[in-house]
Amino acid sequence: MAITVERLDDGEVSPYLTEDVRVGDQLEMRGPVGGYFVWETADGGPLLLVAGGSGIVPLRAILRQREHTGSDVPVRLLYSARTLPELIYRDELDRHHDGVEVTYALTREQPAGWTGYARRVDRALLAETAWPAGKNPLAFVCGPTSFVETVAGGLVELGYEPGRVKTERFGGTGGR
Amino acid sequence: MDELDGNGAAGLLQEVFGTEMTVAAATCASCGAVALIGESGLYAGGPGTVIRCRSCDGVLVVITQVRGMHCVDLMGIRAIDMPLGNITSSGA
Repeated sequence: MAITVERLDDGEVSPYLTEDVRVGDQLEMRGPVGGYFVWETADGGPLLLVAGGSGIVPLRAILRQREHTGSDVPVRLLYSARTLPELIYRDELDRHHDGVEVTYALTREQPAGWTGYARRVDRALLAETAWPAGKNPLAFVCGPTSFVETVAGGLVELGYEPGRVKTERFGGTGGR
Repeated sequence: MDELDGNGAAGLLQEVFGTEMTVAAATCASCGAVALIGESGLYAGGPGTVIRCRSCDGVLVVITQVRGMHCVDLMGIRAIDMPLGNITSSGA
């Protein structure tokens, strides 16, 4: 099992998990809980995954599930973060070649030679990068609340069926 | 306060109802809209957990903890539709 923790200065749990926990410490776990933001192989695709910041975490789990089950459902992943160091799992994501197209957008600062997008995700960028609605895609959107609202609204405006746009909001962390 | 979605209350709902509730569809008693709990608005920062309808902002569920009890107010839900075979035996 693996978990990903983003440290928030004023968080209740994340400073403990990122600074105080030592190798060998025992933790009591409960879960997994929640059956809504979940993709099963039988749900099919094509899949559109859109992540803002640490919203990549459950989407990476979907990619792993796809790989684990040998699914060949085509995937487009659009992943937005403020800066390059804030793109997590980049090595792992770049290793996907089997029907997984990954597009990055850095909103605040881009390194020299950056070939990804240098802008926020909005309807225009979705129109450019997401599956056309005619392919009846299944979308998973995870990120800060305002990001999720923009993306989910944009996808529906582009013709995505609202029932096939699943969302998970994690509040205002990250200050985007 | 930032609005989350019902996914954020999955653990609490599982503790209260003993089963996975985010894929249950709730009919709002105020406006009649039907939405999955996981998609509904969640306000978790106040005293108690409040889940609201995204169509009319009406309160669907309020759960508070008082003297070691979960107190659950479901006045805002007219009906709940659950997928069959959704029962989980434990928190696992």
